[in-house]
Amino acid sequence: MSRPRSDWQRVAALVVCVAAAVAFGGCGARETRAGKASVEGVLLVGNGAEPQELDPHLVSGVPEHRVLSALFEGLVDLDPATLEPIPGTAERWTVSPDGLVYTFYLRDGAQWSNGDPVTAQDFLYAWERILTPTLASEYASMLHCVANARAFNTGEIKDFSQVGVKALDDSTIEVRLEQPTPYFLSLHVHYTWYPVPRKVIEALGGMTARNTKWTQPEHMVSNGAFKLAQWEPDKVIRVEKNPHYWNAAAVRLQGIAFYPIEDAMTEDRTFRTGGLHLTENVPLPKIEMYQKEQFPFLHIDPYLGTYYYRINTTEPPFDDARVRRAFALSLDRDTLVAQVVNAGRQPAAHYVPPDTGGYTSNARMPYDVEQARRLLAEAGYPGGQGFPKVELLYNTSDDHKRIAEAVQQMWNQALGVEVQLLNQDWKVYLNSMNTLNYDIARSGWIGDYSDPYNFLECFLSGNGNNRTGYASDQYDRLVRKGASIMYKTGRLATYQQAEDILLADAPIIPVYFYTRPYLLSPDVKNWQPNHLGYISWKTLYVEPPPEQAR
Amino acid sequence: MLKYIIRRLLGFVPTLFVIATVVFFLIRLAPGGPFDAERNVSDEVLRNLEAYYRLDAPLHEQYFRYLWDVLHGDLGPSFEKPSRTVSEWIAYRFPVSLELGLYGLAVALVLGLCAGITASLRPNTLTDHVPMTFAMAGICIPNFVLGPLLVLALSIHLGWLPVSGWEYPEDKILPAITLGVPYAAYIARLSRGGMLEVLSQDFIRTARAKGLSEARVVLRHALRGGIQPVVAFLGPATAGLITGSFVVENIFQIPGLGSEFVGAALHRDYTMILGTVLFFAALILLFNLLVDLAQAWLDPRVRYE
Repeated sequence: MSRPRSDWQRVAALVVCVAAAVAFGGCGARETRAGKASVEGVLLVGNGAEPQELDPHLVSGVPEHRVLSALFEGLVDLDPATLEPIPGTAERWTVSPDGLVYTFYLRDGAQWSNGDPVTAQDFLYAWERILTPTLASEYASMLHCVANARAFNTGEIKDFSQVGVKALDDSTIEVRLEQPTPYFLSLHVHYTWYPVPRKVIEALGGMTARNTKWTQPEHMVSNGAFKLAQWEPDKVIRVEKNPHYWNAAAVRLQGIAFYPIEDAMTEDRTFRTGGLHLTENVPLPKIEMYQKEQFPFLHIDPYLGTYYYRINTTEPPFDDARVRRAFALSLDRDTLVAQVVNAGRQPAAHYVPPDTGGYTSNARMPYDVEQARRLLAEAGYPGGQGFPKVELLYNTSDDHKRIAEAVQQMWNQALGVEVQLLNQDWKVYLNSMNTLNYDIARSGWIGDYSDPYNFLECFLSGNGNNRTGYASDQYDRLVRKGASIMYKTGRLATYQQAEDILLADAPIIPVYFYTRPYLLSPDVKNWQPNHLGYISWKTLYVEPPPEQAR
Repeated sequence: MLKYIIRRLLGFVPTLFVIATVVFFLIRLAPGGPFDAERNVSDEVLRNLEAYYRLDAPLHEQYFRYLWDVLHGDLGPSFEKPSRTVSEWIAYRFPVSLELGLYGLAVALVLGLCAGITASLRPNTLTDHVPMTFAMAGICIPNFVLGPLLVLALSIHLGWLPVSGWEYPEDKILPAITLGVPYAAYIARLSRGGMLEVLSQDFIRTARAKGLSEARVVLRHALRGGIQPVVAFLGPATAGLITGSFVVENIFQIPGLGSEFVGAALHRDYTMILGTVLFFAALILLFNLLVDLAQAWLDPRVRYE
């Protein structure tokens, strides 16, 4: 028994049709956002996590660095292709023969985005601010190579004039270092060395206030190639070309939009539908797919970073170097990287990534199960007998988990030891590492600047990043000595000796060297990849494909 | 009536006080602190940070200070994102969650009521089974599956809608659908049940016997009673929708309050956790009050209790 089709059914059908038409009408084949931006000269960038802040003295992450390097400029810049220092806000500099005193000469015409000249005092103000203990800048240690900077930063001396920085006049700065620091010039692309707008900060809460509004678009003044136009957290950060930049004529981008897309899958989808020119990351499963398909937009660059396991050397059984070495020797990196990690990453048979400041270690941690078993037996655990249960700690992530599972199996097969996996949430994991409340923990280090010292200093005894309890006088001596040798060959040879000791003592087990996978639109021109991940925004430009350029 | 409302509002104070107290001490029990970082923060810097944020005082002192500040309307600074205070962050993000939630609610109501009413008119026929199968699927499919599926179909294959963002009007369509569909499914089932009950009653037969058109019978006579269960469901549903969804906000990159809440907990941003919890708690209390008032308005019996 069926009733005739009634009025309300017709009404409902009509409503659905109209709704569908409204929702999808006019959304057909249209220009993508990236395509439109290419015509306008604007670059759309996926930028990972939302920056914590845009105050160069209160941040510590990579997403912040990308935005800040567009907004600010230090005394020295880096050539993105070679990573050699080139003039930035300083047009030239001189170095004293002992490598201790650097004199920088600011260029005429260096201006803030409000037209005020950039002066030597602006730099000194910034350095005083970041080193002032009450501001509690987490990254102030980047300036500790300056004479007395550490003492001022820790409150041992109160008078900033005792710190080794001086304005000789409005456009000349003298920096005196604690000891020769061969990589000193390359530090200046790091945000900790940027100048900050003194007048704005003083007007909005003063030098040492943390929660102020000076980084909001309506107040922010910067000295780089771009200025802040819009900052809507978790939506977009837009910067636009700074007409007062000293080299504005050479800047071809009209602006950059940084999209904080934390989820790599979302970012990948956004790129593929034409929402971005450049992504921050590529999801691991996608990398393999793209490699198979030979997706032309996939790029994988070497990256200055090492993924490794750290070992708590303060508790048995790992207080015995033979046990640590046995674990290190029985890790089959080649298989692990080929089968589990992939994504173009390189197995790490040593700690400092290849070509760090011209240094490529010749030390090798081989895959040698026989020797590993012998060492474990010597330490009193033949065939893994009597070996206590140990835990392998990692922070929540599918990648870390997959790697840990493979490593767990390798150690069990090679050494007959039982390793349990332990997953902790990020802050809990950090706390466990800081308090040495672990056996073996997944870890990594990404270089701030291209010099082996940046990696090797982590394992100096008592260093805050050591977190293994490892202490070796000989290692400490060699690393410190290497850091102060100005001529390259001598320096690198000393670093080599230090790394040999580190690998022999094995407080860490290198696993692989990071790579930086990303998707890049062919509209982006003059792209110069480097292993620091340093992007020189001011030399990039975007150009639509020829048929669209009309 | 006014007295009742005032009494209820005063009742909020002890509830919020208990919540603030429990949360304040619970989050301090979690291992790891707001300033633990991958790169070690030196002891001196840590001491200065703790001094700056007054974390160096004894815990009970911090607690009383916090309560004092909250009573003065100050939820404190954010440790993790110092450019804004906790109140400013909530003021920035809540409107986004509210907007998204209202769109989601609209989707839920339109889809849910259409499907539920359609199904109820011819029970156990194809016009019942088809929408109810979809409703069952809508309840079962979690939105972290639904969202990417919709994106795959409508954005990547068809290119109709953007994948992520919260900048342009078209950005808001897919998140609203993803958020609204599971609620639509519930509403469909509730309204079908309610309508079936009402449609079997005598006054409907009378209406039909009077020769009224089917549309008039359904829309004028049956609907009012039929959607009662939906109205009761709308209270908690609305509160759930407008307080933000971590999952939907993450899939579509939306700056809502839901992701902030989860992020604060992960980062041990103590003041932000407390601020958002208190805000959510106040909101839920308020919605409960509104539901009670609505019920009292609809049903005189409740008024005398």
